[in-house]
Amino acid sequence: MNETANSILRILRSPKVVNGIGLGFVGVIVVWLVVNFVKGPEYFANVALDGLTRGSIYGVVALGYTLVYGILQLINFAHGDVFALSGLVASTLLLSVFDISPTSSNLAVAGAIAVTLAITVPLFAIINGSIERVAYRPLRNAPRLAPLITAVGMSFIVSNVALGLYGVDYESGSDLIPQGDAFTIGEIQFTWKLVTALVIIVPTLIVLSWFVSSTRQGKAMRAVAQDTEASAMVGINVNRTISVTFFIAGSLAAVAGLVFLLEFQVRYDTGFELGLIAFTAAVLGGIGNLSGAVLGALLIGFIQSFTEGLLWYAPGGDWTRSIVFGILIAVLVFRPEGLLGERTPEGA
Amino acid sequence: MTSLSDRARRIAGGRRETWLVPLLVVLGLLYPWYEETLQSLPLIGDFVPSTESMVVMIALTMMAVGLNVVVGYAGLLDLGYVAFYAVGAYTAGWFASQQFDQVTFHFFSSVPNDQPGIHISMWLVLVVAGLLTLFAGILIGLPTLRLRGDYLAIVTLGFGEIVPQVVRNGDNFGGFDLTHGAFGIAPIDAVGIPALGVIGLPENFQTSPNRALWYYVVAFLLLLFTVFCSVRLRDSRLGRAWIAIREDETAAAAMGVPLMRTKTWSYAIGAFFGGVAGAYYASFRGGAFPADFYFQISVFLLCMVILGGIGSIWGVLAGGMILSYLDREGLATIGSKLQDAGIDFEPTKYNAGIYGVLIVAMMLFRPAGLIPERRHKIELEEGVHDTPFYDVTTEGTLTDRDPSDD
Repeated sequence: MNETANSILRILRSPKVVNGIGLGFVGVIVVWLVVNFVKGPEYFANVALDGLTRGSIYGVVALGYTLVYGILQLINFAHGDVFALSGLVASTLLLSVFDISPTSSNLAVAGAIAVTLAITVPLFAIINGSIERVAYRPLRNAPRLAPLITAVGMSFIVSNVALGLYGVDYESGSDLIPQGDAFTIGEIQFTWKLVTALVIIVPTLIVLSWFVSSTRQGKAMRAVAQDTEASAMVGINVNRTISVTFFIAGSLAAVAGLVFLLEFQVRYDTGFELGLIAFTAAVLGGIGNLSGAVLGALLIGFIQSFTEGLLWYAPGGDWTRSIVFGILIAVLVFRPEGLLGERTPEGA
Repeated sequence: MTSLSDRARRIAGGRRETWLVPLLVVLGLLYPWYEETLQSLPLIGDFVPSTESMVVMIALTMMAVGLNVVVGYAGLLDLGYVAFYAVGAYTAGWFASQQFDQVTFHFFSSVPNDQPGIHISMWLVLVVAGLLTLFAGILIGLPTLRLRGDYLAIVTLGFGEIVPQVVRNGDNFGGFDLTHGAFGIAPIDAVGIPALGVIGLPENFQTSPNRALWYYVVAFLLLLFTVFCSVRLRDSRLGRAWIAIREDETAAAAMGVPLMRTKTWSYAIGAFFGGVAGAYYASFRGGAFPADFYFQISVFLLCMVILGGIGSIWGVLAGGMILSYLDREGLATIGSKLQDAGIDFEPTKYNAGIYGVLIVAMMLFRPAGLIPERRHKIELEEGVHDTPFYDVTTEGTLTDRDPSDD
């Protein structure tokens, strides 16, 4: 039995077959998309814009995963729950503390959003940093399974904190944003929701990429991600750099949490599934690779909107999870390094 | 650094007391007969679980022992074990219920012969469920097991999410109702001993007046069988290969351990027990429902393994019984006690958070578990291959370098 299995495996592993199957998948998807596009270009474009909104939020969460993974090789399961908690805290600030309601003037809404960000971003940077301090740092030298297991534990703890504070009800700020379109091109509708999401997310990404590529601390982060021991030897404070990474991941979670609150609705367990999707996005793009995470997230956003929104042979929302995880498994099997990543011994 | 001979002696270790095992087996098997006596005891009486709960606890512990083969022996983190539980439960649904009422087929079943659907004796279904799940384990394992560590964890997690969704949406595969969708498959036939009805053994456990008792006894025997297989496997050639892979994959491969085949077997065998336990539990519950299979179950089972001690059979048994007891009755009992004491806190609402605190605390303070396995404890204390050569947090403590020489 083993011999047969091995020979089947050997055939399956040959690059020709792997690439063939992979190309076959891609081909079917392309045909499906093209037919849908031809059947209704404007509708297709609107669904794609919806995907862009989702994808940009996933991208910010995925960056949090990929930053931490790049530096510690740890899947920070708690990240998704930190994201959901930040959305809930933002809802308290916006709706209760600042008392913003759908009738408030646009200027007041924008101001309240800015102040909320100014509070939640540092707050969740500190919360995420503390999680690292308490749950991951003591295990820095333990077998790699250990911090992964505490990450799962922290995920449960954070989501239960959210459950304790906010109960099981959904919070949403989606009616704070003007309904309707900011502008239209032909029949393609650019909604205020999309514009709001992009206005918050694009500057965040620009600041992040400036930080990672141009500051001293960003350079230290890249160095530690490449080789921890070597960077310690050249005098980089490894622990501080890891803390900074967690601060940044926490801030990103806070930004994503607010945007998600404005677009959709948040509950204590929202973070779990969204976190998995964002992690899939990070893997799809090549884990540890920042632009890869954003690219992967946009792709996942499109995939989700297409499977749920398109009219011709779309699988529908019931299957979203299976499709996203199916993609995750396919990527790990066919191209473990992701779309933009480099092949590592770990993935191969 | 301890010397090599020292280390070898510690790994070999002394034998446990031989009288303990038979005593525990007898005490366990007789539990339903003294359960009421225990429950009438003052103070602790309220905390004693009913036989009914014990059946569920044992089924879950059996899954934990199966998961231990994957996580504990071979060191492969599996976050999607619930998929095997689902496959086992649904196999029971397919072969022992009215799900496929297009055909009528009976084979030593415990239900009347005129019922439509496939009704195979539950004893046989347990075996079939195990084998099908084993096959599912191989299918899932073959493409994914070449991935290491956390990549494997995330792929198993993916399967753990896909299988329940397929089950939930599986009521219309091109018009064919495979899983009856969100309603699940119910009722599933009872376990029973039809041929021996004459000498007083029940033909159908579900309708027997001593339902819980009979299910308990069989569950206990199944658990014994699982533990026996698990111990024998651990000490076999295959088991030693698993442990070699857990300790150092590269070294194991260099010594001629076939990585893929060995890992796939651990996955398949772990899956087998999950399938048997899943099918048995489905028969006890009388149905397989898609709402039962969610990620938290996988983590719950993983918690049992971690709490008890990764790789340690005694530990996993203890961890499994403790956690499933808390889940099944303990937290609710504690909650009502707290209510009586005037404290308004519902532990059942926060069960996931409580397990979270438990596993984080265990990992931080007692990473080898309640009843550690010797070898695994040594791995944790003295490090394995992936301990960094230069420790950046505690300089000098784990390296040969003496800080005073600097």
